[in-house]
Amino acid sequence: MSALTFTLKQHPDQRVDMSPLVCQKLATLSVADIAALTLQNGKRSPRVDALFTITGTDTQNIVIKNSSDKLDFIGKELDGGCITVEGDAGAYLGIGMQAGDLKVTGNVGLYAACEMKKGYLEISGNVGDFLGGALPGNKMGMKGGTVLVKGNAGERVGDHLRRGTILIEGDAGDYCGSRMTAGTIAVMGKTGRYLGYAMRRGTLLLWQQPTLSASFNDCGTHTLGFLPILFASYKKFNSKFADAGLAFNRAQRYAGDMSEMGKGEVLVKR
Amino acid sequence: MIINGVSIDATFAEAFPMKATRAIITAHNEKWAMISAQAMTGFATSVIACGCEAGIDRVLDPSETPDGRPGVAVMIFAMGGKGLAKQLETRAGQCVLTSPTSALFAGIDGGIRIPLGKNLRYFGDGFQIAKVIDGKRYWRIPVMDGEFLTEATTGQVDAIGGGNFLVLAESQEQALTACEAAIEEMRKIPNVIMPFPGGVVRSGSKVGSKYASLGASTNDAFCPTLKGATKTELSPEIESVMEIVIDGLSQEDINKAMRVGIQAVCDLGAANGIKRISAGNYGGKLGPFHFHLQEIMA
Repeated sequence: MSALTFTLKQHPDQRVDMSPLVCQKLATLSVADIAALTLQNGKRSPRVDALFTITGTDTQNIVIKNSSDKLDFIGKELDGGCITVEGDAGAYLGIGMQAGDLKVTGNVGLYAACEMKKGYLEISGNVGDFLGGALPGNKMGMKGGTVLVKGNAGERVGDHLRRGTILIEGDAGDYCGSRMTAGTIAVMGKTGRYLGYAMRRGTLLLWQQPTLSASFNDCGTHTLGFLPILFASYKKFNSKFADAGLAFNRAQRYAGDMSEMGKGEVLVKR
Repeated sequence: MIINGVSIDATFAEAFPMKATRAIITAHNEKWAMISAQAMTGFATSVIACGCEAGIDRVLDPSETPDGRPGVAVMIFAMGGKGLAKQLETRAGQCVLTSPTSALFAGIDGGIRIPLGKNLRYFGDGFQIAKVIDGKRYWRIPVMDGEFLTEATTGQVDAIGGGNFLVLAESQEQALTACEAAIEEMRKIPNVIMPFPGGVVRSGSKVGSKYASLGASTNDAFCPTLKGATKTELSPEIESVMEIVIDGLSQEDINKAMRVGIQAVCDLGAANGIKRISAGNYGGKLGPFHFHLQEIMA
């Protein structure tokens, strides 16, 4: 069975809500039924086959080709299966994702992995603000799973992060790890201002020395036994994080944010 | 059955169901992992009075341990899950948490999950940190030499305790030499422990006692000094009997351990004073698992 492939016919002027096109919702539908589904596109609701050319039949392996940054909510609440996006994706990629794999070859917009629960999300390009964050007003962001970003990330990475892992090979913007409750964010590149702003618990793992607020206290340099286990868990990824040469177990530990609970930590490679 | 002049009794060892778990202790080097493991498995020869039976399963190469450091796998056996969990937690807290550079991990992935470091975390007084890595929860507990890293839970599985065989020899020295040879071979078998001192017990017991308060008492039928005073199992030339008790995760594990152990004893043979191999057979009062010596050695 070949992958169920949606090839975008032309880049839409208005945003498209792609949330109906997830594996579990299409599992029982024929290709004709899928073609007849409607997608919200601005104030219109065109059929799927009006926007996409459809080939293949495997609903557990979906490919979106010629994708655009106007396609929002790709993989919303995905609960198993695999979605591959060839090109860019819009906002809310993998929001509330519960299981499965979601991969994007291009860049991604705001709120990717927002309130994600489980699964694996890989972004080969850059990603916008609030990666793994909570929707405005909500108190819990990503609650599990793994996000890998090969490019750079915007501001507020892991805002209200509750659990799970965010791996960024490039740089992260301001307020990285803001208000996080737990979980791990690892950034190989540079980080912006206000790192870990109001973080309560959790780990920010860095390869480059950050500029830290006065509310983070230096705890000294330490050899930490959990780091080899953490890095070993990254070996399965197609990523720089799998490179044993970049792993470390000796780190400068900063505790913070002391203006909040102060149980969080920033670990910087030494 | 006679092997190298050693008579193998047509009898069987009786064993009983237990609950077991395994934990992996790692440390800065093998020396300190072993010190911690020995402390954790100390005073754990028999459930009769120790609450559990424990021993070292095997030494682990750094490539086999979760954190890539030298390690030792220990196994603990108890009569029930509740008792096992209590013994595990107490021993982990007093013997591993306290041991310099140590870390503690689950040695069984499946089975019923029982707390390993889950409750030890409170020693961190609020400074402890949880990390979920690949679906496993770890606790990082700040201690004076750095951090004590422990997995939250380990697996509890059904197991068998009390597999055994008796070595009957012409002298105490010959019995001991034979048992040492057996233990050396048996320690190479995974999933079993020989919980008594050095793996050998010289005070084998029978079920019951003339004293009402005791559930077990000396196995007088195999006591050489009582040959003329009780219904003895010993022939005149036997001067010393020693027992090797085996706890294992399965019947097959215990079978293997008994086979290599008895073979090692028989290799010394009658020429070295080894006359018979027998087993603790209590007429079915002790347990449902029967390890027939002649079948094992066939």
